Amino acid sequence: MAAIAPIRTVTGRGVVVAGDDIDTDRIIPARFLRCVTFDDLAEGLFLDVRIDEDGRPTGHPLDRSEHAGASVLVSGRNFGCGSSREHAPQAIARAGFRAVIAGSFAEIFFANATTLGLVCLALDEGPLARLQAAIQAEPSATLTIDVAEASVTCADQRYPGRIADTARSVLLTGRYDPLAELLAGSDAIDAVAANLPYVGAAGGAR
Amino acid sequence: MPPRTLFDKVWDAHTVRTLDNGQTQLFIGTHLIHEVTSPQAFGMLEDLGLSVRMPARTFATVDHIVPTDQREEPFADALADQMIKALRANCLRHGITYFDLHSGLQGIVHMVGPEQGITQPGSTIACGDSHTSTHGAFGAIAFGIGTSQVRDVLATQTLAMSKPKLRRIEVNGTLRPGVYAKDVILHIIRTLGVNGGIGFAYEYAGEVFDALSMEERMTVCNMSIEGGARCGYVNPDQTTFDYLAGRPYAPQGAAWDEAVVRWRALASDPGCSYDDVVVIDAADIAPTVTWGINPGQAIAIDEAVPHPDRVRADERASVEEALAHMQLTPGQPIQGTKIDVAFLGSCTNARLSDFREVAAVLGGRRVAPGVHAIAVPGSTLVKEACEREGIDRVLIDAGFEWRAAGCSMCLAMNPDKLVGDQLCASSSNRNFKGRQGSASGRTVLMSPVMVAAAAVTGVISDARAVFGAGAKVSA
Ligand code: SF4
Repeated sequence: MAAIAPIRTVTGRGVVVAGDDIDTDRIIPARFLRCVTFDDLAEGLFLDVRIDEDGRPTGHPLDRSEHAGASVLVSGRNFGCGSSREHAPQAIARAGFRAVIAGSFAEIFFANATTLGLVCLALDEGPLARLQAAIQAEPSATLTIDVAEASVTCADQRYPGRIADTARSVLLTGRYDPLAELLAGSDAIDAVAANLPYVGAAGGAR
Repeated sequence: MPPRTLFDKVWDAHTVRTLDNGQTQLFIGTHLIHEVTSPQAFGMLEDLGLSVRMPARTFATVDHIVPTDQREEPFADALADQMIKALRANCLRHGITYFDLHSGLQGIVHMVGPEQGITQPGSTIACGDSHTSTHGAFGAIAFGIGTSQVRDVLATQTLAMSKPKLRRIEVNGTLRPGVYAKDVILHIIRTLGVNGGIGFAYEYAGEVFDALSMEERMTVCNMSIEGGARCGYVNPDQTTFDYLAGRPYAPQGAAWDEAVVRWRALASDPGCSYDDVVVIDAADIAPTVTWGINPGQAIAIDEAVPHPDRVRADERASVEEALAHMQLTPGQPIQGTKIDVAFLGSCTNARLSDFREVAAVLGGRRVAPGVHAIAVPGSTLVKEACEREGIDRVLIDAGFEWRAAGCSMCLAMNPDKLVGDQLCASSSNRNFKGRQGSASGRTVLMSPVMVAAAAVTGVISDARAVFGAGAKVSA
């Protein structure tokens, strides 16, 4: 399989989608899951809060001109909770985002996003609020996420945060898609399967 | 050997090796797939020129997109039709067992696994669906995964996983009359918060869980993810074995006896230690309903909707957002809130015991005028069992629509949707904005019997007052 490039930094403008517990139904409403590829997901991103029921734009931050081209999504606590749909990080990535900064992340979202190389940086409440205020005050400011340091810099101000070590190491080494490493463990997989009675003979099928 | 938890025993037995980043390569003994999160995974596999490593360990069914009234193919929704065809073709091509729409065994994936005896104690179970935690009711480590991970399981039968911490949640005492498994889990989520379980697996234990039926244990484990915990389990016991005995994929004969011995030994040993222990008194649990837009925003049925000024400062914004969406006034009692739709269904509460319970309390009462009530069995087998027992007649006579099996209005990927700002009394598991198919739609989560009480009165009601306390019929 093709090698993937390490992700050491993410640089770009930010956009704040405020609120805690933003769930994956909100990120990508279920009707957009009626698909057999991920190709067209970007158009559904946050759609139900971007337009009202008559189809009129609500003035959502993602649609404001000052945030056009932003590549860092900034939100609140427990981002990506709810459904395990990878369609959520896929939609975010396909809409041009390369990182999400939040108070915390729901686990399945975090795992899905990391596998795609979408960087998830968690900030404590204080720094997160200050970063959000800085972006609101100066939407054209450039954010730089340093993956190794698990921090973000915006307008000369550095905000320290957290990225789980397991994710940080794979981002920095370009091995965030684990499939190649999993495939390499082939003999050990068979050995474990052979010891599990419920897997039984079926495990040998290959 | 020091005492060990079920979680450690099962995790260790399935550990292939430690990966470079410190995660575990975990063997997944049972993989469940459905039409929404698998087609892209098969596509990735094909792009990479890989095959399915152990096709016999993946099981498929179709649930999210199936219409529950008109089930003839092609479906009216061309996209849904494309999805069922893709699943069927992928299963055929790769030799995967598929419980197809008209097989008689189709249902919500988390219903089919247990019904078929595929879900077994001591196994690891993954599925591209967050409610895979349901299968933990059998003493399995079961969790939801994303589509790239579905690809990983198809290609390698393993996943890269970080081992979570373990929290034991002990509920002791006896549930009060009119309090159900749904109330237990809503109470737990309300107590620990929707993100309280992040980084944890839950072991549910105590006198209440010992006494719960398998179907009730599934209701609780199902909603572990709503509390932030990716998986939750109950230690296997005689109740577990009695449920599994004789099911198609359960071991038979001498193999069954050996399996039971093994399964018994898997339960957490007395005296083992946990990263955290939470003890709850069953007497503190009331019939519980949500008032807001996440499952933790819940109150006892006799409580009032919270005041934004009286909650923690960091919760104020969410409370205000929830009140605005739900069109509720701070301080108003939740009882008496008018409903438009009553939904009995979902992998949380659409099992035989749920419908039995509702049929038993209805007692000739009718759905209130203006309320659209639908009952959607979680599986075809449940549908048939209800029809054998005449439960469908009771529901239809009361004014419910009786549908075929699927996810239906739990997430509204099929034609069953709320319209506008309709308020739905729902036995499902998520009350997120827009979850039931309308951006301004409103969902109030509750037990099936509470849904029935709301349906017949037209307003959110205390089922104990409507039907008399303790109408509980099935264990
Ligand atoms: S019933 Fe609802 S929660 Fe359960 S699998 Fe279907 S959509 Fe998901």
